Amino acid sequence: MSILLISKLRIWDGSTGKVIIPAISFELNSGSCLAIVGESGSGKSLTCRAILRLNQRNIRQSGEIVFQGERIDRLAENEMRRRRGKQLYMIPQNGMRAFDPTSVIGVHLRDTLVHHFGWNRSEIVEKMKLAMQSVRLKDPVGIMNKYPHQMSGGMLQRVMISLAIVLEPDIIIADEPTSALDTVSKYEVIEQFCRLREKMGCSMIFVSHDLGVVRKIADEIVVMRDGNIVERGEASVLFAKPQHEYTRHLVASHAGIHEHFNRVIGGPAYVSR
Amino acid sequence: MNKMSRYILRRSLLAIPLLLVISFITFVLNILSPMDPAEVVLHAQGVPQITEDLLAETRTALGMDQPLFIRYLNWMLSCLQLDFGNSYVTGKPVWSMLGPAFLNSLKLTVISAVTVIVLSIGLGIICALTEGRWVDKSIRGIAFFLTSMPSYLLAALLVWYFSVKLDWLPTNGIDSVQSYILPVSVITISYAGIYFRIVRSSMLNHLNEDYVLYGRACGLPEIRITMRLLRNSLQVAVSIFFMAIPIILGSTVVIENLFAWPGLGMLSVKSILSRDFSIIQAYVLVLAAAFIAVNTFSDVINTLLNPKLREDS
Repeated sequence: MSILLISKLRIWDGSTGKVIIPAISFELNSGSCLAIVGESGSGKSLTCRAILRLNQRNIRQSGEIVFQGERIDRLAENEMRRRRGKQLYMIPQNGMRAFDPTSVIGVHLRDTLVHHFGWNRSEIVEKMKLAMQSVRLKDPVGIMNKYPHQMSGGMLQRVMISLAIVLEPDIIIADEPTSALDTVSKYEVIEQFCRLREKMGCSMIFVSHDLGVVRKIADEIVVMRDGNIVERGEASVLFAKPQHEYTRHLVASHAGIHEHFNRVIGGPAYVSR
Repeated sequence: MNKMSRYILRRSLLAIPLLLVISFITFVLNILSPMDPAEVVLHAQGVPQITEDLLAETRTALGMDQPLFIRYLNWMLSCLQLDFGNSYVTGKPVWSMLGPAFLNSLKLTVISAVTVIVLSIGLGIICALTEGRWVDKSIRGIAFFLTSMPSYLLAALLVWYFSVKLDWLPTNGIDSVQSYILPVSVITISYAGIYFRIVRSSMLNHLNEDYVLYGRACGLPEIRITMRLLRNSLQVAVSIFFMAIPIILGSTVVIENLFAWPGLGMLSVKSILSRDFSIIQAYVLVLAAAFIAVNTFSDVINTLLNPKLREDS
């Protein structure tokens, strides 16, 4: 059963009239993880933001976005806002820049949770503490009193994941959550994403250009290029028998790096299943 | 907070060598000027025949026969007690002329600075939030038109309309609160028209930051997002705003002369024309000190606003 249905989504630049995504359609099945793969500039991030209707003002969109049977593309802005965070939660690319640099982390967490649930301070601290511990963040109270620049990108990604655990959204949209991380943090963050799925059974859209990461987490894959979907299918099938030339190229170059990595390291790469 | 007070103390101490350098330059520039102060004094006293003996006598009276460094030291020490010597022209103590004028200019400057800042932030926010729509476009258009007009023309137009035609406001002097309206308006229009663009562009830059996107993606109300935006984007504007205060203070010359405002601008022009160096010297020193004080203050405010800077301090 699909939880999110996108059909004929068209995205263009309102000031120049340039079409960035002509028309794409895909669906996200309830409880599954859909990966959107493609090189930078293929329109992956724009698509994610379009689902939340959070693209920059000059970027326009049309087409149907049906979430749990409801046309959210037609909702009034404040109705849409009510669904953001609580039902549709997005984790942006760079954790270091996702938090207000002039406030401590706790301010954002409190603002969000007070806004959606109206909890008091101690309830919020209690819930965030449990969630942060579950993503292996030590000293949760200390973290809430830290400024973003005092933490690492990987820690901030895990803070965002822990907020997802508390918010319990229906869909998590992760826009290249690991691209700004070093290998070790990347591994930790991906592990937390996998555990998040196991624990909450939520649906997920996972954008990445890192096929190693995608292979580990995705059930289905959509391959995008220049604003078009060139191939889609189940992850295992797509990796085994890529149909489109571009996908073959992606998989082959990934396998190439993989092989090279194995040869250099002399063992299985960290991402292989 | 302890760390903060240490920072403030250190920042204030740093201002001292700067003030020393500036005061020395001011002093030396005066010495280098082609006019002999003794001659100016004697001219002002209306002495019909200026002889060499008379000049030498006056120089001794002014303490100008002493070595340069001693003179500078004496001047500096008395400056610290607000004793800037006597005017070469009127013979009155410089501070008795400069003090009230400074106060008048300061009143005009502070009131104008407040209106400039309030208007710039207000317009900046409105324009940033309505970017590209007609509100933004018309505000920018009007501001462009008004700021491109020289302030004396603007002042003349306002005086003609509000004072002469409608007879609502006085044309000159400081007699009442109404006297402030026209000069403050002219200053505000010419500065706010520039500064609101800085607020606007700074906010627009921050609008594309990830923290705005993530805040919205978490469903936060737009007012919360705007507050965050404002706090972040004002950091750039704060230093510019604070620097505007001494700039306005130094550039009130035109406005003060137009509105016959008995302030620093009027006094400095008068002193320059009559070669009254002791006043010019004090004027430059006071302005420089104001610049340094305000700059120090803006650094402290910025540090308070920015946690990253706070740590580095």
